[in-house]
Amino acid sequence: MHELLTAQPGSKQLLLGNEAIVRGALEAGISFATTYPGTPSSEIGDNFYRISQETDLYFEYSVNEKVALETAAAAAISELRAMCSMKHVGLNVAADALMTLAYVGVKGGLVVVSADDPYMHSSQNEQDNRYYAQFAGLPMLEPANSQEALEMTRTAFELSEAYKIPVLLRTTTRINHSRTPVEVGLLQPPRRTGAFEKRPFNLVTVPMVGRRLRVELLQKIDNLRTEASVSPFNRVEGKGGWGVVTSGVSYNYVADAVRELDMADQVRVLKMGMTYPFAEEICLDFLKGVERVLAVEELEPFLEDKLKILAQENGLTLEIRGKGEGLLPRYYEFDPVQVKSAMARFFQLTYQPVKVEMESALPQRPPNLCAGCPHRASYYAVNQALGDAAAIFPTDIGCYTLGILPPLEAADFLLCMGSSVSSAGGFAKAQEGPVVAFIGDSTFFHSGITGLINAVYNDHNFILVILDNGTTAMTGQQPHPGIELTPEGRQPPKVDIEAVVRGCGVDRVETVNPLQVDKTIAVLKEMLADKQHPGVKVVISKSPCPLFERRVTGKKQKVVFRVTNECDMCRRCLDELGCPAFTYCEDEEECAFISIDEHLCSGCSVCKQICHAIKPKKITA
Amino acid sequence: MKSWRIFFTGVGGQGTLLATRVLGEAALLADIPVVVSEVHGMAQRGGVVESAVVMGAAQSPVISDGEADILMSFEPLETLRALRKCSSSSLVISNNSPISPFAVASGREQYPDVGEMMRTVSNHVNKLIALDARSLAREAGSELSVNMVMIGALMRQAEMPFGREVVETVINTKTKKVFLEMNLKAFDLGFQAQ
Repeated sequence: MHELLTAQPGSKQLLLGNEAIVRGALEAGISFATTYPGTPSSEIGDNFYRISQETDLYFEYSVNEKVALETAAAAAISELRAMCSMKHVGLNVAADALMTLAYVGVKGGLVVVSADDPYMHSSQNEQDNRYYAQFAGLPMLEPANSQEALEMTRTAFELSEAYKIPVLLRTTTRINHSRTPVEVGLLQPPRRTGAFEKRPFNLVTVPMVGRRLRVELLQKIDNLRTEASVSPFNRVEGKGGWGVVTSGVSYNYVADAVRELDMADQVRVLKMGMTYPFAEEICLDFLKGVERVLAVEELEPFLEDKLKILAQENGLTLEIRGKGEGLLPRYYEFDPVQVKSAMARFFQLTYQPVKVEMESALPQRPPNLCAGCPHRASYYAVNQALGDAAAIFPTDIGCYTLGILPPLEAADFLLCMGSSVSSAGGFAKAQEGPVVAFIGDSTFFHSGITGLINAVYNDHNFILVILDNGTTAMTGQQPHPGIELTPEGRQPPKVDIEAVVRGCGVDRVETVNPLQVDKTIAVLKEMLADKQHPGVKVVISKSPCPLFERRVTGKKQKVVFRVTNECDMCRRCLDELGCPAFTYCEDEEECAFISIDEHLCSGCSVCKQICHAIKPKKITA
Repeated sequence: MKSWRIFFTGVGGQGTLLATRVLGEAALLADIPVVVSEVHGMAQRGGVVESAVVMGAAQSPVISDGEADILMSFEPLETLRALRKCSSSSLVISNNSPISPFAVASGREQYPDVGEMMRTVSNHVNKLIALDARSLAREAGSELSVNMVMIGALMRQAEMPFGREVVETVINTKTKKVFLEMNLKAFDLGFQAQ
């Protein structure tokens, strides 16, 4: 059984923040969970998926975050407790639903998890989603460790149900992906079936309904402000005339700084856990008791601004600072020394950080497409088909974004999920050079289809390469509507990508296996040369992610490849393909040669097809 | 209570995450406050993987530059890159078996001399333990057990708030049964090294 189901109430477990959120939801009797995977939120869905195989929990990987939220909203309207989890930028996709769902409200508790990514460990931006709580008018909780992640999840369900409003649980990478000890509570059995009550004049947001609901929402927020003022998650620690206000992971940096700067008797820390609606009573009380306040929060001055407004409204003149020169930045995540330094400076304490030795000019080790990755073969084929011709490469979000790196250099533009297809149309209209766009299979289902229909309708002229590796690889090999490989064997896809592409009105579609190098290049060349039929052309470059295939099918590798002495050191393998299994070496006489690391080689055979000197070697067990 | 800030670095695929997990579970078992922070997602694709185990009084999941009490490095070039995390009082335990980054493998850049890198590290920190964890892991049964070799070395070289038997209990209960014998042997080889 799943560890999160077997953990005994009262026992301590070392849980990831994401696992604690799942356990908290189970302790709240969750019935229904949806997600679209995205770092740092993915393990929430992955754990729900495994748990749903063993219990009555309904879980789905939805095709995108908007769909996930709308699906979960229906469950919550039908009196079930539901959770919808996503990464921060996913909430942009779901925002259309979120903004009005706040008006409509829920019956069963609905918790929306937004996993933000300060420093952009695995994201395209580091937007501060706390503003979504304020923007939509939703109560928000921000845990500082896994124990709080569990407790706040439970509380979030209770608040949501009591006030009939979705609750935003806002985390950051260091909460999602840190393990801290958690004392777990009692599991609650889920309610299996929901019930829908027809209330069109509350649930159908035509203008006359929306007008009333808007006012009701503002009333709910006011009522929740009182809740925030008595929330045990908003608490004051320590004593003294200085003040620090903090929330989320930053609280830990503050706690360490207070101890290490030996200022426990001088500083009071207001640790905010329920950060919207703003707990004005507690904060005003706090401001009145201190001489100056530093707000310690990552990204935007969300709390700082609110404290300043509160002070102004109440005629308080104490200094309130946070962001700015010499204090704390609005970018990236914090670290303990940074917070210690800012606190020491603001409260005029002596603190000298340890001098740091910086080694510069070391060879970099950026992430790379794996050996045997079919995306490398696809990019190689496109580069070969284009030859000396320059094309614009709009790309998209997934492992294949790593095609940006040399030697493939197959990425020119990226905004967000699905932007490859739509921007390709724009580039094709705005300038005259060829445009070849890349999108992954899961991303295509997520938000590529609308762009493709737009391209057909508006006669955009470009080639779209759908890199179909049969899974959502980057976030941990989650399934999507087009998957064929399952532990039970190969099955026809529920939604066939080629049929979708044709259904969108694309006439010129070819499915190729990128591991067949010459055929793939030939198809691409033909499409590039075809000036007779303008419009969008699609190549579905289909070959499974080898890591995924090995895991699911248990398929054993039969061959590895090696470089024979026929090698004339032309370096094309290194300079055009760039597979990480290849190494450029020199022997004792400084004579150069190229070798393939047999432990890394996946046996894909792409290199053999571009070089006569590379030969297969059977793997003997 | 004092703090133990242990910074882990290595290359994607070397199993640093299991090492930090094992250490974290050992701390939990010994009732020592602990935070383990991991990196998931895009950063793992053959790139540098950094993680941290913080035990005792400190509760921040991140270790600042200059503040690691111990650096556990699974690869010598990454030891040098992570030197910024260390101070003159740090203990460094480093695997000295290199893994070439792509820029080196493709012949565009040179891999720095391992002996020289280790000398630089040694001059900067309190103590450096360099060991060939890859060979020891092979001796235990597979290169996959480099992580257990490294944990073994840590339990021998550092003053930890719990003994080796606590870690062995965790290896027994939390790692995959098929690798159990190999993991315990690798742990012991790391413990016996030097």
